[in-house]
Amino acid sequence: MTDAISVEGLVKTFGRTRALNGLDLVVRTGEVHGFLGPNGAGKTTTLRVLLGLLRADSGRAQVLGGDPWRDATPLHRRLAYVPGEVNLWPNLSGGEAIDLFGDLRGGLDKARREELLDRFRLDPAKRCRTYSKGNRQKVALIAAFASDVELFVLDEPTSGLDPLMEAAFQQTVREVSARGATVLLSSHIFSEVEALCSKVSIIRDGVTVESGTLAQLRHLTRTSVVVEAAEPITGLGGLPGVHDLVADGARARFDVDAAHLPGVLRHLASFEVNTLTSRPPTLEELFMRHYGDAPEAAAEVPSAGASR
Amino acid sequence: MSAYEGTGRLVRLALRRDRVQLPVWIVGSAVILAAGAAAVIDEFPDAAGRATALQGAGTSPAVLLMRGTPVGTDLGALANFRNLAFMLVLAALMSTFAVVRHTRQNEETGRAEMIGAASVGRNAGLTAALTVVLGANLVLGVALIGALVSAGLPAGGAVTFGAACAVTGMAFAGVAAVGAQLFQSARAANAFAATAVGVAYLVRGIGDALGERAADGVQVTSTWFSWVSPLGWGMLARPYGEERWWVLTLPVLLLIACVWGAFALVGRRDLGAGLIPERPGPAAASRGLLSPLGLAWRLNRASTIGWLVGSVVFGLGIGSLGDLVDDALGGNEGVSDLMGQLAGTGSAALVEAFFAAMMNVFGALAACFAVQVLLRLRSEEAGGPAEAVLATAVGRARWVGAHLTCAVGGAAAILVLAGAATGLADAAVGGDIGVLTLVGAGLAQLPAAMTVAGFVVLVFGGLPRMVVVLAWAGLVVSLACGLLGDVFGLPQAVRDVSPFTHVPAIPAVDATPGPMVGLVVVAAALAAAGMALFRRRDLSP
Repeated sequence: MTDAISVEGLVKTFGRTRALNGLDLVVRTGEVHGFLGPNGAGKTTTLRVLLGLLRADSGRAQVLGGDPWRDATPLHRRLAYVPGEVNLWPNLSGGEAIDLFGDLRGGLDKARREELLDRFRLDPAKRCRTYSKGNRQKVALIAAFASDVELFVLDEPTSGLDPLMEAAFQQTVREVSARGATVLLSSHIFSEVEALCSKVSIIRDGVTVESGTLAQLRHLTRTSVVVEAAEPITGLGGLPGVHDLVADGARARFDVDAAHLPGVLRHLASFEVNTLTSRPPTLEELFMRHYGDAPEAAAEVPSAGASR
Repeated sequence: MSAYEGTGRLVRLALRRDRVQLPVWIVGSAVILAAGAAAVIDEFPDAAGRATALQGAGTSPAVLLMRGTPVGTDLGALANFRNLAFMLVLAALMSTFAVVRHTRQNEETGRAEMIGAASVGRNAGLTAALTVVLGANLVLGVALIGALVSAGLPAGGAVTFGAACAVTGMAFAGVAAVGAQLFQSARAANAFAATAVGVAYLVRGIGDALGERAADGVQVTSTWFSWVSPLGWGMLARPYGEERWWVLTLPVLLLIACVWGAFALVGRRDLGAGLIPERPGPAAASRGLLSPLGLAWRLNRASTIGWLVGSVVFGLGIGSLGDLVDDALGGNEGVSDLMGQLAGTGSAALVEAFFAAMMNVFGALAACFAVQVLLRLRSEEAGGPAEAVLATAVGRARWVGAHLTCAVGGAAAILVLAGAATGLADAAVGGDIGVLTLVGAGLAQLPAAMTVAGFVVLVFGGLPRMVVVLAWAGLVVSLACGLLGDVFGLPQAVRDVSPFTHVPAIPAVDATPGPMVGLVVVAAALAAAGMALFRRRDLSP
């Protein structure tokens, strides 16, 4: 199988701001790939380069086997894009906008359009000016998903949707994935990526800091363990790989590096353990590890949209 | 809750928001007027000098067009002649922008929604805006009286002068109030109101330029055309001349009519909506919309129709003047010279020169239209849907080309209709220029408008963030150099920069294809360069 998207060492500067700083990204054909990062990390800039809307300063980018800048028009027939900020024409109706985007892309499945209108509960006869942010997003999503394309590029597509619509969105992504389409989903909603994506790339300051399957990423991270025994648990603090230990006699709570989990379990086996719960880290925790503990990173987060 | 509840608080809010803007506008106008009046006293101490100056001015229709008609030879009359037209325009624009700012702009930005959710009646917003703006006009009137009196001019004429400016400002506040109800965006409402001011200025200018000179060689009596214009009324009250106070009831009547209309409209529409209630649109697109050209046409359709109707009306008006020009002014050399200069013909038969000059005006309007249409490219790109459109299989050149087609096609339609309307009206009043000749004369302006359009595409491709300023600046420069270059006495090299300089002055001279072909080539080259630049650059929000 070829790669739907492959990016190597992508650099893009805006004046003195370096939005992308040697970014790498590989999305294999048929996968649903999560593209995570805080605001201003360069997600939108990357997607715009992949769509040929921006021209990279250096680096190599390939989309569906073509050059996204040079072959923009033919490539766009084979992909659908949902921008982060959906702007529409105030005096067109939502239905007109859907048809227009679909047609300009090269065609639209009418039956699928009706099905999606129903699923997302969008009134297509209303003028775009009367739509809320969430409804404008629905217009772009329906226009995209009613197109029979190979690749979907979605930039934070659910930021204005309510939980019910979020579920509709996830169902739709699973459907297009089941028929073999590739999806690149930029997001900072962890649960959404956890629910949908088989692979994840995490970027920060225009560089990919982590990439792999969720399982692979978890491998790099700590597991949270809560254990209760009939007798006081001792000696945990001296074990390698144990962090943030809170020991309270017979009860202990701690995080452990994945590589050291076997040693910790052997140690616990010597106590009379009543209950033991462990859970993989949430994506949120992964995120916090990359961004949360660095003070300068925390300061950057409010500069939302710096990459736009 | 009464419909007016909360008006007082909204008035205070508006005054607070305008605490800098309105005072600057009012004080600035008064300072300019005081300086202008002082300059008159300084430059023309004796009556003979003033009479000579005014006699000279009266023979130049260009001066009459810009300044209005002289009303006498004393100091005040000259101060009036030199300043009143400008002051009336300032008062009118101050009022229109302020009314739109406190009505439609509030609604568009959603501020009115927050305010409306508080304990505020539905008429309160408009009432507050009008209260503030009418009050500002009163203050402006008093300030202008003060400026004239402090410069040493008689108080009687000063009062008429100040009152004329104040009521004219008020009348245009009413016009803007209606515009703010009709249009959904503040941009459109401002454009409507500012266009109304511009058209009013132009109409009275034409009426004044064609006016009849009195035996003393100083006073000029405007033709009926000036009476059509609300800006003309302020001048027709003749401050410092044989004053006619009753004329000032006309702007007041217009104000009352407009305010009545605006409140009637407020009562009929929803917050945020325009006059036409938001009907549900089609649930699916028609075939015609589904192409870049179909989309561009749809986006420009409403304004194009507006321009076409305006062109026909204007063309009918101009055509019906042909007869008047010939009869009344055949002996006036100043008029023939001006027309010859405007048309670039040297000397020719007066009527032909007049129509050739007016075709230049239509050419300028067509170019304005093209600029307006093409600037849509930028608004679609900056924070608009262009990103999503260009992420579909629409190439950049095709997207620009669609808008360019609308711009050039619309400009051509404007020129054809304006020429035809002029010809028909001319024939109706007994002229013999011929409809086809005038249609051709109109179309001869198209290459110049196309060149302006090409320039806008070039700037859009190369300097997208500057395109709004550069496009309008380019248009103004080409109009100033091309249409008024002769009047201003600019050197030929400067005038040649403007495409309008190269348009043959049909029907005063025969059509020559050379320059038109040249302009089309230049226009195509500019547009092609702009598209090439656009294809090489980032989309820039």
